[in-house]
Amino acid sequence: MSHNSNSTGHDHSGREEDNQNSRRAFFKNFGLLGAVAAAGGAAIYSGYKYEESKPGHDFVKVLTSDNRIVEVPRDQIKDIRVDVDKLQKQGREGLKGHRFVMVIDLAKCRNARKCISACQGAHHLRPYEYHINTLVMQESEHTAPYFMPKPCQHCDNPPCVAVCPVDATFKRQDGIVLIDNERCIGCRFCIAACPYSARLFHWEEPLMAEADKGKPYNIELNVPQRKGTITKCLFSSDRLREGKLPYCVSACPNGVYYFGDENQDAVTNGTTKETFRLSELLRVNAGYQLMAELGTKPRVYYLPPKNRLFEFKDEKDPVQEPT
Amino acid sequence: MASEVNTGFLNDKKLDSIAADILRPVGITQGFIVWMGFLGISLLACIYAYYLQWDKGLIVTGLRDYTSWGMYIANFVFFVATSLVGMLISSVLGLIGFKWVKPIARIAEIIAVAFAAIAGLVIVSDMGRPERLPYVFLYGRIQSPIIWDVTVVTTYLVISALLYFLPLIPDLAISKGRMGHTPKWLQKTYEVLSVNWIHTPQQYKILLKAVRIMLILIIPTAFAIHTVTSWLFAVTLRPGWDSSIFGPYFLTGAFVAGSAAVVIVMYFVRTNYKLDKYLTLHHFDMMGKLLVLVSIVYLYFNINEYLVPGFKMKTAEAIHLKELFVGDYAMMFWSVQLLGLIIPIILLLFKVFRKPLSMLVISIIMLIAAWFKRFIIVVPTQDHPFLPKQHVPDAWMVYHPTIVESAITIGTIILAVIIITILVKFFPVIPIWEVAEEQHETDSKTKE
Repeated sequence: MSHNSNSTGHDHSGREEDNQNSRRAFFKNFGLLGAVAAAGGAAIYSGYKYEESKPGHDFVKVLTSDNRIVEVPRDQIKDIRVDVDKLQKQGREGLKGHRFVMVIDLAKCRNARKCISACQGAHHLRPYEYHINTLVMQESEHTAPYFMPKPCQHCDNPPCVAVCPVDATFKRQDGIVLIDNERCIGCRFCIAACPYSARLFHWEEPLMAEADKGKPYNIELNVPQRKGTITKCLFSSDRLREGKLPYCVSACPNGVYYFGDENQDAVTNGTTKETFRLSELLRVNAGYQLMAELGTKPRVYYLPPKNRLFEFKDEKDPVQEPT
Repeated sequence: MASEVNTGFLNDKKLDSIAADILRPVGITQGFIVWMGFLGISLLACIYAYYLQWDKGLIVTGLRDYTSWGMYIANFVFFVATSLVGMLISSVLGLIGFKWVKPIARIAEIIAVAFAAIAGLVIVSDMGRPERLPYVFLYGRIQSPIIWDVTVVTTYLVISALLYFLPLIPDLAISKGRMGHTPKWLQKTYEVLSVNWIHTPQQYKILLKAVRIMLILIIPTAFAIHTVTSWLFAVTLRPGWDSSIFGPYFLTGAFVAGSAAVVIVMYFVRTNYKLDKYLTLHHFDMMGKLLVLVSIVYLYFNINEYLVPGFKMKTAEAIHLKELFVGDYAMMFWSVQLLGLIIPIILLLFKVFRKPLSMLVISIIMLIAAWFKRFIIVVPTQDHPFLPKQHVPDAWMVYHPTIVESAITIGTIILAVIIITILVKFFPVIPIWEVAEEQHETDSKTKE
């Protein structure tokens, strides 16, 4: 209203004045009231402070992190609480300004499975529960077999997110698809929808259910894992928030993984720590996406297994049977 | 259903005999107690199975990450499918004006109500976190077909319940004073449920109008529930599910299952309650013809669903189809097609098989086949994902249903049978006033 009043004509100005006057009066009264209230509040507060500072408080001895013992009034002690709401909020929003992307060089993979164990360790998974799995692939009878690490493809057109009935799995602004196991109802529609078999379900109590009990839920790590909910590759979004490379990428001994930001057109090799131009890497090596014809628009690129560094050797199936 | 009711039937002497016939079996009998006791005890075992699943998680089932939808989802599709017959019989055939469906309509609605109600429970049995069911309403994403399914199944249940209850009101009022042989609490229930019905022409007019609105409303709703249920599969990219005819394919399959269920209930009502005067050979004959019709339509969709991809044999589709035609599922696939569809069509073309007992046998086989047909649709597709299944325990490779999940599935079927039994046993299973009215009508016409 006041915005318009600047341009109003003469006949309006009189009323405007009245308005101004009554408003002024109101503020005057209000100001008085406010002053009284503030004074009262201050008096009560100082009294409280005084009571508080009186001797005879109950003190507790506390060992600090630098090994000193100090005394602290008992009522001043506060638990250090990880703010789960904050974790949820930042976890759902993602890292602003980034578009994360992974490049997997199939010519370098010899199925060392270090990526898998690093991932399973970080996310408290059993040896046969995979956020990332290395598959033996063979396109047709007369072509050579090769190893293919397969994380979640973090599709830009994710079929899993499209079907989720409760917004438990979602796409972030930085391109990562996450799962909220405090929301998930366990319908497994997303498993049915995912053409990459990238998702898994906790059919029983998760591996470290006992040990993780009561820990605050970090949506970017998906720990504690929960029975009856989905879990999946998260592109190690907890590590990305710290500016580090994902668990699998750092753990690879053979330089298979590049990870980086599409916005910066740069990816870093997890083993050599060399940084490359993403577009250049994909162009020179004829990079491709897995089953791109399905229209899922993956954020993971593969470099074809040409001029391989290792001879293909399919060893015994490394899986461990559940006990 | 006629738009006007000639209330003259109320003074017709025939009403007494019709009401007496239909109300005779109402109440608690020894057979009923034995049957319910049997169902109840079996149900307890199934509830214990569900307790195990609640406690330990879905690990007690044969489901694993590759085949993560199994018997429960197949069972859900079966339940939704069977419930559709309410719409077919009372609505489609009723509105067209087929008089013979009148005595069967209520049986069809009972099946619709029982199966639609339990379908909701079936889907909860598949959930990893059943206690989070309210999240579906609190955080529901309208983009997800599951939310569409929840919405339309609930709507269908409500309309079906109304279609069962509204035409029942005059019967409850007619029953007053004719229920001497039944327990007091049942008479009291009748009185409350009859909502002071006094048979004025005005009341009948309103009733007919309400029923007519419901009969029309239920057609799109019924189409929606099974089409949306089919979309739970068809919206995915998986070979075997990625099909554009899944909606009509499921819908026509539903009519086969539902019609078979109606025949089974008809048979037991006719023989146990000695109602062969009302559920006549003519009714079975017509139901037999209806079964042939819906089966042929379903067969047509089956041919489309399997022949077209079978002609092309795209890589992923080919693996799936080979599994069905000559692979691990071949036995089940061909049994279902032959016993559940082709042989019944051939047999029921002959009048001699459209007799109650042979119809009962054929219908039971068709209904069982219909259940396995849903299994064939749900499970084998997941056995062959796009990427190879590797480095997982052997038990994860192929889906083998466990005893626990079978028990839970049987439990849901028992629950549906319990609902049907109660509705059939405690309330007039054949619409007294509609039958009486029709008799009165034909009698007065012949007199003229």
